Order: sequence, then C-alpha cells, then structure tokens
Amino acid sequence: MKRGYMDHAAATPVRPEVLEAMLPFFVERFGNPSAVYDLGSAIKAVMEEQRGKVARLIGARPEEIIFTSSGAEANNLAIKGMALANFLKRGKHLIVSGIDHHSVLNSARFLEKFFDFEVTFLPVDRYGRVDPERLQKALTPATVMVSIGHGSNEIGTVQDIPELVAVCRAAGVPFHTDAVATVGQVPVDVKELGVDLLTISGPGLGAPKGIGALYFRNKLRLVPQLNGGIQENGRRGGTENIPGIVGLGRAAELALQELDEKAVYLAKLRDLLIAGVRKNIPEVLFTGHPEKRLPGHASFCFEGIEGEALIFLLSSQGIYANTGSACASKALKTSPVLGAIGVKPEVAQGSLVFTLSRSNREEEVHHVLSHLPLAVERLRSFSPVWRKKMAEVAGA
Amino acid sequence: MYSDIVMDHFTHPRNTGVIEDADGIGEVGNPVCGDMMTFYIKVKDNRLEDVKFQTFGCVAAIAVSSMVSQMAKGKDLEEAKKITNKQVAETLGGLPPNKLHCSNLGAEALTLAIKSYQEKSGTTSKAGAA
Repeated sequence: MKRGYMDHAAATPVRPEVLEAMLPFFVERFGNPSAVYDLGSAIKAVMEEQRGKVARLIGARPEEIIFTSSGAEANNLAIKGMALANFLKRGKHLIVSGIDHHSVLNSARFLEKFFDFEVTFLPVDRYGRVDPERLQKALTPATVMVSIGHGSNEIGTVQDIPELVAVCRAAGVPFHTDAVATVGQVPVDVKELGVDLLTISGPGLGAPKGIGALYFRNKLRLVPQLNGGIQENGRRGGTENIPGIVGLGRAAELALQELDEKAVYLAKLRDLLIAGVRKNIPEVLFTGHPEKRLPGHASFCFEGIEGEALIFLLSSQGIYANTGSACASKALKTSPVLGAIGVKPEVAQGSLVFTLSRSNREEEVHHVLSHLPLAVERLRSFSPVWRKKMAEVAGA
Repeated sequence: MYSDIVMDHFTHPRNTGVIEDADGIGEVGNPVCGDMMTFYIKVKDNRLEDVKFQTFGCVAAIAVSSMVSQMAKGKDLEEAKKITNKQVAETLGGLPPNKLHCSNLGAEALTLAIKSYQEKSGTTSKAGAA
C-alpha cells in the first residue's frame, strides 16, 4: 500500500547515521564523563565535541549550550530558571504568547500559581503573529523575561523574532524563544535573532526522543530546575545522557550541512499539498501565515467535519497526520492556538495538520491529494453541520 | 484505541442520511463540543419502520449513531426508548473512557426523535399510530 507519514512534529524516525554514531556509547564507551580516569575523560571530550556541533548549528558558543532531556525541559529551565533567578532584581511579571507550547504556557502558569507571578498572555493576529507594539505595551518595569515561540507546529507560522527582541532589548528584558519547530527547518542563528535563550529538541532533527538543549547567553543567571551534581556547570543535575547527546550532535551536524537544500525541498512539497487541497476541497480554511511559515508545514480546517474521524479515515489509507480537534485531545478541548487566531470552535474541530520531512516524496503528496478530498466528502455526506451550512448557502 | 466493531461501524456506518418526511426528529450535542447527532424516524404501526441519522463528530460518535440506528430499526417505540447509552457502548465492544460521555449520545437522540413523534401525534404510550 502507498503510504504517507506526515506527522513529523509528533515523531520523526531516528536517522541511521545518528543511530550509528550513538551505538558505541551504550556498551563499549559507557563511562561517566564526570569520572577522572581515562574511561571518563574520553567521554567528557566526546560530550564537549557534541556541544560544539549543537552550538555551530545555531551560531552559538559551546559553553552556551546546556543539554536537557527534551525541548519541554529546556523550556521549563528557561522560564522557571530565569524567572526564579532574577525576580528579586527585576520583578514578578513575565510575558508569553498565547500560542506557545504547553511547556511554556504551563511553566508560566506554575510561576503564577505557586510564586505569585503575574503573567501576560499576548494575543496574536489571525496568522498567529505577535504585534511588537502590543509587546511594547505589555512590558513593565517588573517584567523579568519574555518568551515567544519561533515557529508554531500547529499552524506553521514563523514569528518575526528580531523585531520582538528589539522591543525587549530596548527595555533590558531577556528574551527566550522556543525554537523546537524551526531549528533544522530554517536557518536559526542566535545572534541574528538576538535572543538570550533558545530551546532545541532532538527528535525533529532525527535524534532520538529524550534529548534536547537550551542555549543561554553566558552572562545570564539561571536557577537549575533539576537539582543534582555539578553537571552542565551546575545548571542541570543528573548524569548526562551520552548516547542522546552524541545523537543530537550528529543530527545537528547533518542538519547544518543539509539546511538550505532541505528547506527548498520541503517548501516544494508543502506548496504542492496546499495548492492541491485548496483546489480540490471546498470550504477549507488554510491556517497560519501564507508565506512566513515552516517549509514542511501545511495546516487546514475543513468545515462540517471533525478531525479525529478524518485522521482515522486517512490512516486506513496509510496517511498519517495530526489534528487540533477536541475529540482527539486527551483534555477534550480544541487547540487553544486555533482559538487564539480566531478560528470558530466548530470550525477548529475540523483541523488537520501535515508536517513533512525529507523522507516524504512527491508521490506521497499525490497519494494524499487523491484520498483527502474523498475522506472529507464522505464525512460531510452524513454531517448535520455540513447539511445546515449547505442549506444556508442555498438560501442566501 | 477502538474495538473492531467500532471501527466497522465507523468505516461502514449503517443508515446514514435524512428522512425528508420524518415522523420524528431528535437532535443532541453541538459542533462546538465536537459531537452533534440528528436522528430521523419513520413510524408505522407503532414501530420504527425506518431510522436514519446524520452525525458530526469523532470515530466513536459516528459508530455510536450507526449502532443505535441498527439496534432501533424495526423495534416497538417503547422498546426502542429503552435502549441506553450503556447498552450501545457494550454492543460496540466498549468505548474508550473519555468517549463514554461526550460521544455516546445516540440513544438520547433516538429517544428525542421518538418523543417528538409521540408529542406530535398525541400518542405517548402504546396507543398505536398509523
């Protein structure tokens, strides 16, 4: 059967080159990098080499990289670590965008609930972008930091970070961005962006689950969120995940080599998919920014149907995608991101998100385009919501 | 996640559609919550001669509607009203716990359709229509 796995934001296979690089570090080269004898110090050297590779991918210095267990942990460390280290000097106010990842939003809510911080959740426009003027107005003398995601894995929009950083820099407020969706997809350079902290996750780069990293400008104060030994310069306790770190290093190295070619390749597939969906399916809402978006990201809402049902129909054809529908979420709530960009709840139920990778082929996109219109039509054929919509259209 | 019976009814839903001259119509849920079902019934000799439905919702909601329509068709009205959401879920081979409440509305929609018919025709019990 023809297939089309297009849910790479949820999970991406580990690249064979990455796995190969990792394998010696499970059994043969098992040493603890903190040990002083040669079995340990050799591993320490390997680890520092990987730090350099990750740093190079984003234009940072090696000592500015902290390895973590995930993008979520890096976001927690960035937000809680910065807020708790600096509130005495600055104050207890922080700003995030309303469409950030749960690990950002819930870290902010944690500070709000347990440490009496005041959190501003900035609204976004219909494309999911934060207005720098709004950010400017939200800043107060007590603002300890700002965190606004670089790219959205739900609607594909890429935020204009330098513009937002400029506002914060003028006020002397540190800026964090969750770049899990963008690193390895588009060029990300911490100096060009101007950010003080930046979150990276391994899986999107073809590294395994369980590895991530936080970039932080060295002069910043950061309270560890995982207390332990003096690993990662005392900023993150716990014996380092050496195989994971080696995997991330190799994945970062490959990502840097392939970045330009990959973005062009993905954008071509994406545009083919978007154009085909728009041409072949009526009453479809394209979500996110039309141009400033992730190269491998296509997202839609199909009126009159519900996303979980659509995903099951598609998966029976070997097509795998994601949805922000309430029924598909454990919390039974529609995606807050779709709400934030002004999509009506009943329309948000019909959300469908494709995230592509280099392993996708043009024939897979054609496979999707031959089945998706049929699946949508089939669900609409017995949808009372669609029937009402059609009656309104006919009556108007 | 879903039983084979659920997947069968989702993939091949029975009795989908609209009865234009329905004797009773029942609607539950709303699209904002994610599930909405409309049941249409045709009554003859106090029996459900025909049952059709339209459903907006997830896999569970579609399978539930299909199963209810199948269970109800041909039944005496009072018998059909006794179909419970629990029976429907059991006949489907179970539903995931988080789907038991929001998606399992088929029996309610059917009962509403029967009640709307009985109110209209003034037959609240086994008085018989036709």
